[in-house]
Amino acid sequence: MTALSILYVILFYVAMITLIVGVTNKILQYIRVPAPLKIAITPAPLTRTGVVYRFFTEVVLFNSLWRATKWTWIFGWIFHLSLLLAFFRHLRYVISPDSFLWPLVDLQVVQSFGHYAGFAMLFGLAGLFGRRIFVDRVRYISSPSDYLMLLLIMGIAGTGLLMAYVAHTDIVQLKAFIMGLFFLDWQNLPSDLVLLAHLTMVIGLMMIFPVSKLLHAPGLFFAPTRYQLDNPREKRHISEWGAEIEAKDGRNS
Amino acid sequence: MADFETPQTREFPIIPTIVEGAMSHSAPFLASEEFQTDMGFPSGEETGQLIDGWKEKFLELLKDKLGKYRSLQVFMDTCVKCGACTDKCHYFIGTADPKNMPVARQDLLRKIYRRYFTWAGRVFPKLVGAIDLTEEVIDEMYSYYHQCSECRRCAVFCPFGIDTAEVTMAARDILSMVGKGQKYSNQIIPKIFKIGNNLGLPEPALADTLEGLEEEIEEETGVKVRMPLDEKGADILLVTPSADFFAEPHVDGLMGYAKVFHAAGVSWTISSKASEAANFGLFIGSYEQMRKISLRIRDEAKRLGVKRIIFGECGHAWRVAYNHLNTLAGPWDFLDQNYPIPQHILEFTKDCLDRGILNIDKSENDHMTLTFHDSCNIARASRIGEEPGSQFTIPREVIKAVCNNYVDMAPETIHDATFCCGGGGGLLTDDLMEIRVKGAQPRMEALTNVVKDSGVTHMAAICAICKSQFTKVLPYYGMTMDQIVSVHQLVSSAIILEGQGEDNSDELENGDETEEAA
Repeated sequence: MTALSILYVILFYVAMITLIVGVTNKILQYIRVPAPLKIAITPAPLTRTGVVYRFFTEVVLFNSLWRATKWTWIFGWIFHLSLLLAFFRHLRYVISPDSFLWPLVDLQVVQSFGHYAGFAMLFGLAGLFGRRIFVDRVRYISSPSDYLMLLLIMGIAGTGLLMAYVAHTDIVQLKAFIMGLFFLDWQNLPSDLVLLAHLTMVIGLMMIFPVSKLLHAPGLFFAPTRYQLDNPREKRHISEWGAEIEAKDGRNS
Repeated sequence: MADFETPQTREFPIIPTIVEGAMSHSAPFLASEEFQTDMGFPSGEETGQLIDGWKEKFLELLKDKLGKYRSLQVFMDTCVKCGACTDKCHYFIGTADPKNMPVARQDLLRKIYRRYFTWAGRVFPKLVGAIDLTEEVIDEMYSYYHQCSECRRCAVFCPFGIDTAEVTMAARDILSMVGKGQKYSNQIIPKIFKIGNNLGLPEPALADTLEGLEEEIEEETGVKVRMPLDEKGADILLVTPSADFFAEPHVDGLMGYAKVFHAAGVSWTISSKASEAANFGLFIGSYEQMRKISLRIRDEAKRLGVKRIIFGECGHAWRVAYNHLNTLAGPWDFLDQNYPIPQHILEFTKDCLDRGILNIDKSENDHMTLTFHDSCNIARASRIGEEPGSQFTIPREVIKAVCNNYVDMAPETIHDATFCCGGGGGLLTDDLMEIRVKGAQPRMEALTNVVKDSGVTHMAAICAICKSQFTKVLPYYGMTMDQIVSVHQLVSSAIILEGQGEDNSDELENGDETEEAA
């Protein structure tokens, strides 16, 4: 194995561990910290099914963002949809043709939509970047990391497109490398620069995920304002530390 | 009228271009040592001086909050700075100060969170916008966390449900604990415990006031409508904001509740010790204070032996009552479980209207064309009625049941997109007049437009703070203070009590009075 391949094997493991441990840690923290009070933004659902529907409209359709600003919605929604399509297309690098999932991954529709998603992704990201620069309010709230994050993902999308249309890489060898990571049977990585740039940026994205605003992805599901049921009169809501305060003075008995 | 300019109202809203530092001079009076001590908060040597070791204390308190409130912990992490909220705050629209954009307001605390509680902020503070905690930062927080009315309009539009009110509450509580409490709230809360209400109206004065109101109703209608105080064995305990006992137009609303109760034939009482629905513990972000204030109601409900609790027209009080009374002062197993606990006065009145037990003459309100201001805490932080969203329909249905002329304001300014009156969340104090007037701009703009286009003469509200705030700010926008009315004031005018008008002279008198009020 080449030294470069060994380096990338190590980097990938470090990145995967950072991502999984980091995000799990954050999720466990969100679960551990109690929500002592009912703070649903109303009108709020009365049933669990209603909450699922509320999250569906938020996660799939970005409903609140749609109500807030159409431009950010257009760019943001297109970017996230493209991300999903690109993700599906990339499954072919990690799923073996023997797998029962392969027919799904191999579908023409999955592969061709994913093929063009890169352009849509760049379009969405460019729009979001433009808003950060040209809208005075958004410029005011942006930190260097907010611009860099967009540039990083643009870099990933750009190098991805380069490989798809201009500088093809050896995808058979690439798949062997990736599968090798999973089965601890390490293989050489093709060494063309565009691929290395692409993978380096992906590794960077995985590593900063748990320490950055990318936490919005899991965090979204832990906002009491959105997941709580609107039933405070029907069902008493009390946190552990709230109950401790009660137990001390006994005034609720 | 003041040393600041009242914002313009326009035909269509315009998002202002940011003006940095436009409101950096605004801050409420600080609580002196006396008021801090009353609340159990520490204070430095001089008023508003930070306590010794404030920095460590601040961070320790922030850590404590992050471990106790999932909302705060999650909201500190999930903001992506998308900008969806930036033009949604009435204080931003009215002042153009970028620190009044909800995300920038949250960032005052988030920058500190990142610096001391996240890896990225510890290692690369400049990159992620993390800053050191200094006295200047504290002063900025004190200023801008008191330019937020905790109205949650921003949260409605946030893709992640981030609620700036949660951040404001946490920050205010921490500020109080390092010596920077707000005078207004910290002066008022102890009165609740010592006397029973925010006003400091003791039992004899309250009894006197209620007697006066009974006489007023009798003079007007010829019917003796009782307004009982501390009556043991009554079925219903009415908990209403103390402004209802003296201020206009609040007091007309209180007489409305009394007439509805009278017509419905229920027995009810006010408690002198719980003669306040308001709960400023919410504003200052203190679970303990909010709980202590709520527990008075439990104690009084038990002492008086009531079966039901009904809240009068008050926004934040209803937020606390609806969402938190069960948590903080429950369980309510000793009350009649056939009724909602607590119940809103509009739920009671609506039910009476639906059952047809109120005799209504809508023409009594024909001299007015009404619109309705959805109070933020009722629209976005609670519910009235059975269905999600019935907090919007029930007040309107009640108004339409007692008035012939009703028009809604622009759709983007009502229901859950309603604009705060500008005086909520503990800002209803004269030392914050500038931010109150400027923060009222979006609501005043929407109102002005229906006044011009649809001939609206009056705006009805169901919140004591909204009513007081509008009474003060309407004149700044070229309208008159009596253009704000209580919903139950409209009910009061339209309701014909049994035996009313049997004496003709009374009715004439009534007619004259109505005209004067208009």
